[in-house]
Amino acid sequence: MRKHSVKSAAIVVGVLLVAACSTNKTEGGSTAGGSCDTSKGTLTVGVIAPQSGGLSALGLGIKNSAQLAVDEANEKCTVKGYKLAVDTQDDEANPAKGAQAATKLASDTSVVGVIGTLNSSVAQTVQPILFEKKIVQVSPANTNPSLTRGENFATAPARAFANYFRVCTTDDLQGPFAADYLVNDAGKKKIAIITDGKTYGEGLATEFAARVKAKGGEIVAQEKVGEKDTDFAGVISTIKAANPEALYYGGEYPQGGPLSKQLKDAQLNIPLMGGDGIFDGKFIELGGKDGDLATSVGAPTESLPSAKTFVDAYSAKKYSDAYGAYGAFSYDAANAIIASLATTLGDGGEWSEDKRDALIEAVGKYSASGATGDVAFDEFGDSTNKVLTVYQVTAGAWKDAKTGEFAG
Amino acid sequence: MSILLQQLANGVVQGGLIALIALGYTMVYGIIQLINFAHGEIFMVGAYGSLATYTWLLPQGIKDSWVLSLPLMLLGGVVVAVVIALIMERFAYRPLRNAPRLAPLITALGISVALQEAVRTFYPDATSALRFPRVFAEGNLALGPISVPWSGVLIIVVSIVLSVLLQVYINRSRMGRAMRATAQDPDTAKLMGVNPDRVIVLTFVLGAALAGVAGLLYGSYITNVNIDMGFQTGIFAFTAAVLGGVGSIRGAVIGAFIIGLVKTIGGQYMPGGTQYDYVWIFVVLILVLVFRPQGLFGEPERVRA
Repeated sequence: MRKHSVKSAAIVVGVLLVAACSTNKTEGGSTAGGSCDTSKGTLTVGVIAPQSGGLSALGLGIKNSAQLAVDEANEKCTVKGYKLAVDTQDDEANPAKGAQAATKLASDTSVVGVIGTLNSSVAQTVQPILFEKKIVQVSPANTNPSLTRGENFATAPARAFANYFRVCTTDDLQGPFAADYLVNDAGKKKIAIITDGKTYGEGLATEFAARVKAKGGEIVAQEKVGEKDTDFAGVISTIKAANPEALYYGGEYPQGGPLSKQLKDAQLNIPLMGGDGIFDGKFIELGGKDGDLATSVGAPTESLPSAKTFVDAYSAKKYSDAYGAYGAFSYDAANAIIASLATTLGDGGEWSEDKRDALIEAVGKYSASGATGDVAFDEFGDSTNKVLTVYQVTAGAWKDAKTGEFAG
Repeated sequence: MSILLQQLANGVVQGGLIALIALGYTMVYGIIQLINFAHGEIFMVGAYGSLATYTWLLPQGIKDSWVLSLPLMLLGGVVVAVVIALIMERFAYRPLRNAPRLAPLITALGISVALQEAVRTFYPDATSALRFPRVFAEGNLALGPISVPWSGVLIIVVSIVLSVLLQVYINRSRMGRAMRATAQDPDTAKLMGVNPDRVIVLTFVLGAALAGVAGLLYGSYITNVNIDMGFQTGIFAFTAAVLGGVGSIRGAVIGAFIIGLVKTIGGQYMPGGTQYDYVWIFVVLILVLVFRPQGLFGEPERVRA
């Protein structure tokens, strides 16, 4: 008998531990109601982004910024008769977890829209689930072009999902923008490419490689690493043989940082360049070195006059995590949903699921000046704001090197 | 050719690391026929233990010199790994010692998840990868066309030295003889005056200590740690133990070096790149098991009552 109870106790403890860690808390606005009329109840803005795991630094910034926008809307009584709340679901940067998160939000009739996801690969599983329920989705961070313009985005663009929008620009601009900088401004002609095999990294590297060739550069090696690899000695030895002048990494900082460090350890002293996926302080902490480069969407948040209000408000809230690369975008995404919701409901409107179509239409027509500049969407749901910035690690911190629109 | 040599060197470094962990799998299996799936997590906990020692216990003066900080961190990591392993043995495995074999196996999986989640929840900032200090000489050992970071050289040397010491200890010492006796026939060993609890505890302690050493060496070589590292490396180590013949010390070490080499060479020279290195590892494993089901150095399984 004792044996059995110990055994079941061990299993129960294990299960509880797992359950305790995966529970997601619903966080309501901290300024509950105030003087606003919230008689009609609570509407929910969903957030799907990594709250744990390697990419949580970016995901927490997304969550906090969305929370900030919702808190402000509650204070200003933007949506008449309703209180807004944020429901954050952790996708752990994992497409399967993202699908679960989307299913959970989709079954909640009070959900008006979803902000997310961070990863393009997660967006691929989230999009169809939210589309079925006609829930508007605005991503602050997905940069893979096929998410809006379909598989043949370059030749025959076709809107992939009517409910999907994004406030950041796309990799078919980001990749070439990086290529122009690396080949023209930095003068690197022989470039090696490493990707992590995920939707985002592969797409970005493909666009990058095409532009490098068009600009007269040469791709001397192209390698892949596994999503969970930590020892890159093998690929580094392989690319080292090709004598590259720079390495372009299509992937994210949990591997990009250590990869840069191991390049140096292998005495291959070349800069590593990546996209918005490596543009985070954590990249430097994990081994990113001076001279490494990254492109990211938008202009540097700190330098934008339009972002000052956001940055000040974010700092005033004293969140424990930085807003990160996508905080301002998440803030704009949330405001796009909230403002469109206010337009859809008008002064006395009641929320019901039938209103979701009208909300999608309202977001499509939304146009305002946000923290990241002008926020509006084209016929595919892409942002009309196509500004990109090259950043370089200088004295242990990211510093902007060049801001502009991709010239084509 | 020089690239191939370099890749072989990379593979040997990986193999050394895997060997240190594979020893723990193979010893525990040899004594109590348990595949201790939580052993990879002991390795992870060891790495976090030595990182914690570095972050919170060592004064700045010691941190600056790896000659002092390396042994102290090693001590910290090994102590944490051993303590966790002792708790695990006492409260999870000992009560199940006479239970059907599946029960401790499932428990091991449960502990593995529990340890990962415990570190994720309670270690500050462990939700994402943490930077680990190098705590060894920077730079590389250059041997003709091959260059291996000193921290990688350390892995190779330490893994070989420790496995030889372990082999000698088990073959020569009194406790080693008790371990071998218990592995061969626990009941008769007990009749001969061997205390099985002591032997089993010692086995877990030795395995955990080696895993703790591996944790520190991994951290110093890769320069960052994350909570998934135990699962990843644990799978390779377990495979190495099976390949070499579970229960055999020599088999685990040789199996580990084979796995390290197959992983690197397969990842670099076979179609699919590193994303398919698992495939080649398991192809080799299956091929070996088809022709030698007991593994390279294992003894054919006796049917136990």
